[in-house]
Amino acid sequence: MNDGPMKAALQITTPSDREVVMTRVFDAPRHLVFDAWTKPELLKRWLTGPSGWTMPVCEIDLRVGGRYRYVWRHPGQPDMGMGGVHLEVVVPERIVNTQLFDQDWTGGEGVGTLVLVEHDGKTITTNTVRYSSREVRDMVIKTGMTEGVGASYDRLEELLASQRARGAGQ
Amino acid sequence: MTSAGLDATFAALADPTRRAILARLASGEASVTELAEPFDISQPGISKHLKVLERAGLISRGRDAQRRPRKLEAQPLAEATDWLERYREIWEGNYQRLDALLGELKSAQPKPERKKRRLTKPQGEQR
Repeated sequence: MNDGPMKAALQITTPSDREVVMTRVFDAPRHLVFDAWTKPELLKRWLTGPSGWTMPVCEIDLRVGGRYRYVWRHPGQPDMGMGGVHLEVVVPERIVNTQLFDQDWTGGEGVGTLVLVEHDGKTITTNTVRYSSREVRDMVIKTGMTEGVGASYDRLEELLASQRARGAGQ
Repeated sequence: MTSAGLDATFAALADPTRRAILARLASGEASVTELAEPFDISQPGISKHLKVLERAGLISRGRDAQRRPRKLEAQPLAEATDWLERYREIWEGNYQRLDALLGELKSAQPKPERKKRRLTKPQGEQR
């Protein structure tokens, strides 16, 4: 945690009742970060999720109205797919798109906004997802997706710790 | 855990009163009356919350037929928090791989930033 302000760790906040925002600084100029987010051969190399998963399908039609489609795969598990349509594309600074998971665990389509701001050769990346309702957002975030958001997560941790401390003995 | 199961767990956890009830039950089983005590909510109100928690599998009823105490079921809660922690870890992992990739790209083509291009007409500001 001593990396200094420009190499901040991933931060997750909730600026409005339907949104979750992830902010992260990358030590690279903006056009490279933009390429890494929008060129399938690059995106496939890092947006792979938990270890053991790959991203065999990554199709991006980077135009307003153009679709994108991602599929993640893990041996012995069902594929996980998502996709949507681009609503705004401004190279190399902004992408807005719709987001819908095949399993639709988010209860409807969300809208993602990626904003890249360059500062001293580094790029501040802000990734916002606006969920279909406040309830869905709350479901995702209020339960404590990160300690940054909150007390609720700490409460759950305490809850689990006290449960563990009590042991299995009832 | 199925995603429907997780949905029910998260929906149940999204309410502060229900989280407080769970916190109370973490220190031992309690009757509906005992659970209602610290809250400024009617007993039927508490019962409603208990129903949601029960449906999500987060609590169950104890043996005593008279008091019908509720007790915490730790497993679904543990699965939910595991899942949430994984979400953050997933993004940390993604972004660390992106760091490495960007390092590679930088050394491969150390050029100044290109001029902005607009591929398409920008639409109205997103709210």
